[in-house]
Amino acid sequence: MYNQKVLDAFANPKNVGEIENPDGEGTVGNATCGDIMKITLRIVDDKIVDAKFQTFGCAAAIATSSTATQMVIGMTVDEALKLTNARVVEELEGLPPQKIHCSVLAEEAIKKAIEDYRAKQQNKTVDKSHIEYV
Amino acid sequence: MRVYADHAATTPCDKRVVDAILPYFCDDFGNADSQHCFGRDTAKAVADARETIANIIGCKPNELYFTGSGTEADNWALKGVALHRKDKGNHVIISVIEHHAVLTAADWLENNGFRVTRLPVDSTGLVSVADLEKAIDDQTILVSIMYVNNEVGTIQPIKELAEVAHKHGALFHSDCVQAMPYMKIDVKELGVDLLTMSGHKFYGPKGVGALYIRNGVKLDKLICGGGQERSQRGGTTNTPAVVGMAKALEIAQAEMEQNNTHISKLRDRFVDRVLAEIPYVRFNGNREHRVPSIANFSFEFVEGEGILMLMDFNGIAVSSGSACSSGSLDPSHVLLAMGVPIEVSHGSIRFSFGKDNTVEEVDYTVDKLKDTISKLREMSPLFNLKTGGTYNV
Repeated sequence: MYNQKVLDAFANPKNVGEIENPDGEGTVGNATCGDIMKITLRIVDDKIVDAKFQTFGCAAAIATSSTATQMVIGMTVDEALKLTNARVVEELEGLPPQKIHCSVLAEEAIKKAIEDYRAKQQNKTVDKSHIEYV
Repeated sequence: MRVYADHAATTPCDKRVVDAILPYFCDDFGNADSQHCFGRDTAKAVADARETIANIIGCKPNELYFTGSGTEADNWALKGVALHRKDKGNHVIISVIEHHAVLTAADWLENNGFRVTRLPVDSTGLVSVADLEKAIDDQTILVSIMYVNNEVGTIQPIKELAEVAHKHGALFHSDCVQAMPYMKIDVKELGVDLLTMSGHKFYGPKGVGALYIRNGVKLDKLICGGGQERSQRGGTTNTPAVVGMAKALEIAQAEMEQNNTHISKLRDRFVDRVLAEIPYVRFNGNREHRVPSIANFSFEFVEGEGILMLMDFNGIAVSSGSACSSGSLDPSHVLLAMGVPIEVSHGSIRFSFGKDNTVEEVDYTVDKLKDTISKLREMSPLFNLKTGGTYNV
């Protein structure tokens, strides 16, 4: 049901892991739904120089995480905020309809990580999202 | 290496079965209902097949009706009995872990005015006789409980459940599709009124099943048509498939003991190694009341589809939950009913071994499984949260 590009992205994901002391961090999803995505960003002068992900989820969730992190590296934060799930799906040359929601998670995780970055920039304290393993 | 560890989904057709089937495509191709010699030859083959199966399950040949699948037989049993007995009552009891053939047929009945009770199971997937006693009432017309669950392999106390049903004047049907390759089935001993079987689960062909209907039990038709199957199930008899199913069951019964010994040895080796070598894993099922083939595990912090696909990349065929549910995003209804936490149930895989698997294949499967689980856990925020990313804690 997946195309070759999705299979490759799932089998050999790029940017797996976690950046230490990240400039921006975003976690979305929950374990009950079977999808959690955590993205950490290194941002220098409003430009994303590195991005890493950790994902609990299906093959589509892992493939979109990998692809989305590859896409945002090199973007300014403003450019990255405009990244839509449709663009990530397009980059993967399509996903089965019931898996489209996985690409939404990638978009949301990146947006959340950038919000976290901006909040830190403004020296505000924000509630860090956290997940509980039950 | 290619390893097929999904025998609960389907089995390869035994070569001896294929040999038995082949003449009925080009040479003995007649319609079993035709009056001429072509038809008579085929009718004889169908009658022989019916007698073979009837002898094995301990019924009369005229109590056995061929269908196009196990699903059709299940639908026929539930809808046919409920509609025929609707004047006697409107209550049907099934278990919550039935195959989708029974589950959705029961949903259909519910949508058509019947009352349906779905019995719970314990943490090992067992239906309790006491729960049936509590649920059954004078409106209950049918109880349908599977003999062996297709996802975890738990064997249900069919004989005791059937006794309860009969005590209250209800009929008892059992979907025995997963039991046939591993257990001696005697309809009298089990005390069932109706029983479903499916050819492709015991090394026979796909597209053929049968419903045993005890003489005296009346039910409405599901498939209207010609006079086939004593006018109870229309459609030209699928002679090659029927002949193949009989041959396959004959072989399965004759070789059952040696197959069971071999398969349970493989399963035990597999289970022992998985539990010893992979941390954070949960065995799903019953250690005592179970068939030898199935091992169902939940791997914490990872998701089943990813496991299935990485195993597939290594040539190993497994199933996440039930093959029928692989198209849906919901976790297995069986595991949830057994109380497996929903986030853990997402990481569940069913391994089901068969007579042609080898020890080498089992070891290869464990080795690749270890790589697969650790690769996915390295990517999992849940695993890193729980363990700090260290595998051996």
